[in-house]
Amino acid sequence: MSSAAAHTAHQAPTGFIRKYIFSLDHKVIGIQYWFLALFSVFIGMFLSLLMRFHVVFPDMKVGLFETLWPTGASGGVMTPELYLSLMTMHGTIMVFFVLTTAPQSGFGNSFLPIQIGAEDMAFPVLNMLSFWTTFIALIVMLAAFFVEGGAPLGGWTAYPPLSGLGAIAGPGQGMGQTLWVVSIAIFCGASLMGAINFIATTMDLRAKGMTFMRLPLTCWTWLVTAILGLLGFAVLLAAGILLLLDRSAGTSFFIPAGLVVNDQVMNHKGGSPLLWQHLFWFFGHPEVYIAILPGMGVTSQVLSVFARKPIFGYRAMVYAIMSIGFLGFVVWGHHMFMSGMSPYSSMAFSVLTMTIGVPSAIKTFNWIGTLWGGQIRFTTAMMFALGFVSLFISGGISGIFLGQPALDLYLHDTPFVVGHFHMIMGVAAIFGMFAGTFYWFPKMFGRMMHEGLGKLHFYLTFIGVYAIFTPMHFLGIAGNPRRYADFKDVEYMAGLMSVHEFMTYAAFFTAASQLIFVINLIWSWTKGPKAPANPWEATTLEWSVPSPPPFDNFGGVHPVVHHGPYEYSVPGAPKDYVMQTDPPLVPGTVKH
Amino acid sequence: MATSATTDIWKGGDQPPGGGGFGGGGSGPGGRGVSRRASFTGLMVLLAAVLMFFAALTSAFVVRRGLSNDWVSTQLPSVIWFSTAVLLASSVVLELARRALKAGQRENFHRLWIAGSVLGSLFLIGQYMAWVQLKAQGIYLATNPSSSFFYVLTAAHAVHLIGGVLALLYVTVQALRLRLGPGKRTAIDVCAMYWHFLDGLWIYLLVLFLVWG
Repeated sequence: MSSAAAHTAHQAPTGFIRKYIFSLDHKVIGIQYWFLALFSVFIGMFLSLLMRFHVVFPDMKVGLFETLWPTGASGGVMTPELYLSLMTMHGTIMVFFVLTTAPQSGFGNSFLPIQIGAEDMAFPVLNMLSFWTTFIALIVMLAAFFVEGGAPLGGWTAYPPLSGLGAIAGPGQGMGQTLWVVSIAIFCGASLMGAINFIATTMDLRAKGMTFMRLPLTCWTWLVTAILGLLGFAVLLAAGILLLLDRSAGTSFFIPAGLVVNDQVMNHKGGSPLLWQHLFWFFGHPEVYIAILPGMGVTSQVLSVFARKPIFGYRAMVYAIMSIGFLGFVVWGHHMFMSGMSPYSSMAFSVLTMTIGVPSAIKTFNWIGTLWGGQIRFTTAMMFALGFVSLFISGGISGIFLGQPALDLYLHDTPFVVGHFHMIMGVAAIFGMFAGTFYWFPKMFGRMMHEGLGKLHFYLTFIGVYAIFTPMHFLGIAGNPRRYADFKDVEYMAGLMSVHEFMTYAAFFTAASQLIFVINLIWSWTKGPKAPANPWEATTLEWSVPSPPPFDNFGGVHPVVHHGPYEYSVPGAPKDYVMQTDPPLVPGTVKH
Repeated sequence: MATSATTDIWKGGDQPPGGGGFGGGGSGPGGRGVSRRASFTGLMVLLAAVLMFFAALTSAFVVRRGLSNDWVSTQLPSVIWFSTAVLLASSVVLELARRALKAGQRENFHRLWIAGSVLGSLFLIGQYMAWVQLKAQGIYLATNPSSSFFYVLTAAHAVHLIGGVLALLYVTVQALRLRLGPGKRTAIDVCAMYWHFLDGLWIYLLVLFLVWG
């Protein structure tokens, strides 16, 4: 297959289908992934707005709800089941089709080969298959909205028994949940294909002179993320298959004996719901790093470029990325402190969880060290990268609280957790994507984005997301339960409803601010000024070729790398940046 | 990245690194993103994923067995021994085929490779027969956790093996059409390694069933 791929990929295709639909070109595939994630993020955001609305106005009749869900919102009032299905689909779509897709498959596909000096990914056909398999997974997932019973209620973690019993467990737990499991299994396949490509490409297709210690940090994060995806998604796939069999073939891997649901005794024996939790979180925790690591890479890249300084502690950054990747695999139990696990296990998972603070702190201090004394250029990409650092700190600190079993027992089923993971895994990762978009848009589409609109979008979004997610921590400490559709009859919640209202308004405000991004995108795509090859005066290889790059990236030339990726303000160099492909600097011209 | 900058400045730039080791690079001018090395790396990465997949199923197996009181050991169907022998033989024959090709004996390669592919397909039929034998004893997927794992693990292995058989057939077709250039030699090596891996995986699963099944 690989040789066939080489054969087909060598010539630039001319037909529309081969060029834009079933393309083998990593740049086109990257953009396809990026659009898939963009489409998904708007669906995910829409669902979250509906949830926020319902929490605050549980009895308000809304015609739109009834139009969209005639059964789930008959009379225009959302049922708790519909609320749970929105929550499930919001989480699933955001985690899999946005956070896993855009930073790694989108930007990684677009720029990994160019940054390492390769003409394409190692296996272009596999790459195309990977995208289209992801696309099918998305279609199957969205189909869950339209089948009988609607979308599943089991949350993005699909805990059994709820997820393993079928329609008797509630609307959406029939066909909807089956489609969910099938979609995730397909997605696992797609991610595995992607991981094979990322790893083989990084290991074997680097240009001459592109040593591992000259790789841009983005490439390091894509490599480690690919390894995490490879090991994690294989496990999720195995778990998904077992869950599917429990649902449809009457096996009892996860469903315990003697379970009574809706007055009916289930015909399952001896399965263990905790087994699913272990398998799921063995994937689920590395998944957090799959979402955030590429954002860290982009942030490092952007901070260095716009501070006009080498990244502080490159090697430490690389080792921190590796440590985070490794530690990510040994802390899954901290998602299960509530499961009644032995306190000794909890202690071990807790200590390991705290250990992640070390490489995370190394990265954070290195980012600050990079900024220190820099000649900072406040571009939109830079603003979002700074926003990433801010959110990473805010979201990370609450992780220290939750990593302690005694505190987690209290906080786990409260919005404290929701606030924590939205800040670090959700919004920080999304800021990484925005930073990447504003930084690479000129290279991807050949036009510059509007900086004024970009900054306005940044400020409103930055304020908006803090306004949504900070109060969640206070609500959690105040004892607000999580996943409740409304708090109408919960007396002690009455005093907290004004906080909920504030968060809902903040959510609508933030969502509205995203329209500025959409306008900027459309304007820039159609009317933005043409981008030069290197508008940011950056050093890495993608900026040494025209915007957008030619089909084979380097126009038939095989680049040779002579420099590290972050050589800014090098004393004695003719410019304040030395591109990786620039000839070696002549000794003797260096000022000390 | 001050280190690299300083090194470059002082040494007047680096020599482009040679292949291998930490820091080797260079796709060279050969083809669009395809090289023998990348194919092997791709294979290794794929095998790591397969290994992880079966490790997850094994851990589920061990936990489910340890937790329950409804585990009834499944008597392995007798045909399993026949298919195991066939699978081992297929690996040996494929290896002989590779050696024949190295020695330039094309005809021999064709014969042996086709024989290996037939043996591989025969193993799949053997696995199907094992299921039929179990079914005849009234042991189905949902009968008890042990049988559930037997069906799941053999099916998962068989699916991977079907991929392997398709790859063997691909090489067979290419061989018969006399299109075995150097690029295809990589395909042969990759196929053979994948096949041996599945062979080893089957032995592992067999031991798992024998010891704990």
